[in-house]
Amino acid sequence: MSYIVVVDREGQEHRLDALNGWRIMEIIRDHELPIKGECGGCCSCATCHVYVDEDWQGRLPRREDEEDEMLDEAFGVEDNSRLSCQILFSEELEGLRVYLAPEGV
Amino acid sequence: MKMDENVIAFEKNQPIETDIVIVGAGPVGLFAVFEAGLLGLKCHLIDNLDKVGGQCAELYPEKPIYDIPARPHCTGQELVDDLMKQAEPFEPVYHLNQQADSLSKMEDGRWRLETSTGTVFHATVIVIAAGAGSFVPRRPPLENLEQYEDSSIFYAVRRMEAMRDKRIVIAGGGDSALDWTLSLHPLASQVTLIHRRDQFRAAPDSVEKMRQLVANDEINLQIGQLKELKGSGGQLEAVQVKGADGEMHEVPCDVLLPFYGLKMELGPIAEWGLNLDRDLITVDTEKFETSVPGIFAIGDINYYPGKLKLILSGFHEAALMAQQAFRYCRPDEKLVFRYTTSSTDLQKKLGVI
Ligand SMILES: Cc1cc2nc3c(=O)[nH]c(=O)nc-3n(C[C@H](O)[C@H](O)[C@H](O)COP(=O)(O)OP(=O)(O)OC[C@H]3O[C@@H](n4cnc5c(N)ncnc54)[C@H](O)[C@@H]3O)c2cc1C
Ligand code: FES
Repeated sequence: MSYIVVVDREGQEHRLDALNGWRIMEIIRDHELPIKGECGGCCSCATCHVYVDEDWQGRLPRREDEEDEMLDEAFGVEDNSRLSCQILFSEELEGLRVYLAPEGV
Repeated sequence: MKMDENVIAFEKNQPIETDIVIVGAGPVGLFAVFEAGLLGLKCHLIDNLDKVGGQCAELYPEKPIYDIPARPHCTGQELVDDLMKQAEPFEPVYHLNQQADSLSKMEDGRWRLETSTGTVFHATVIVIAAGAGSFVPRRPPLENLEQYEDSSIFYAVRRMEAMRDKRIVIAGGGDSALDWTLSLHPLASQVTLIHRRDQFRAAPDSVEKMRQLVANDEINLQIGQLKELKGSGGQLEAVQVKGADGEMHEVPCDVLLPFYGLKMELGPIAEWGLNLDRDLITVDTEKFETSVPGIFAIGDINYYPGKLKLILSGFHEAALMAQQAFRYCRPDEKLVFRYTTSSTDLQKKLGVI
């Protein structure tokens, strides 16, 4: 089974089974880790914000303008910030490592 | 759709008498007006937003929906506009910009509901169509935030005059951030706009005006993100901003206005004594009534085994809810099942004959 690694806000690592074509947000939510994904993956809420591990940064498709705009509503945005609903899992992303970003309160 | 005269933003304290109060003017609340209307029941709707349409209007007005029966394709806003049109014959009254706050039972068995702005309703039936809760401002996850809220940090400006001669920091890059930057700068002693990148999603005209003010040194624009609050006793003195260069910059500040969009939160409904399952209201699947008789929950806010959070499901729930609501509102009348196609009575109510 393919997998990704997600580090939660307490620093705990989770190895999650991943299916091709699923959004990273959906994989994280399906495993009941604390990610809201309020808009269901429509790039309309910024509640699926993650940091991509440095080793992986260059290996993902770049963020689109729409995603960059939506990140305006997220907090602690860094160069490696992504909205995880905008990344589809595929075999090339086997072992992808992301960190859950802080949420609004 | 342009808001018509049915939309009331402010009103007096005189209680409003009605059959049904619907909490939430999303797609499901709107369709409930129609279903209740066919049975001759009158509805008032309350919503926290400044517009009708719930998630469809607030989160995805321009995005397509493909799974409404017999509507192969429409946008979120088109759906809302048509639902409003469909509800129109029943003269719903919209009470916007206010949150349904407290609910109590009156001696005659009806409900008294009061909103955050003091509108009071007396109703036989309460229908909660509150979606994922009310839309409220998203608050930045900064240390000691609560300590400054309502004294130095505000998510809305209620009185412009309170901002006079203050050093104001506005955070965000959308229309709210830009609009307030433009309207507060003549009053404030200093305005600093903080945004994570040098691009803004606001109306081009506002962005242009803001750029002009920056060029004339009338306001400051700081590219970066809020990291820390500094002050004491609820009074802010400065904010620390992490610049695009990674360096920290201190910006003097009496008032901070963060504009990071909205999130949804169950809010006061949690205190209404209803059975909840993780912030959702549990209902039966015959009448979509809650654990308290006379209070119904339909749409995204409810939970029952097999629930799907789809607009389609909410429409069905509204129709069944209306049947039971009729029994409460018109205990002496008999309910007859009729089609809109053939019933002259229904067609009269709809105003088509
Ligand atoms: C991006 C996106 C795409 C979607 N696409 C589809 C799709 O293709 N098909 C589909 O079927 N569904 C879709 N959905 C889901 C659909 O939008 C929801 O199922 C639907 O909006 C639920 O309607 P509702 O009326 O129950 O609640 P909402 O639309 O959430 O409206 C509830 C309203 O109640 C108000 N409210 C809550 N509490 C209070 C209070 N105490 N006082 C005052 N007001 C209050 C809120 O402000 C809100 O306006 C999508 C959702 C999103 C976010
Ligand atoms: S889930 Fe809403 S932007 Fe990703």
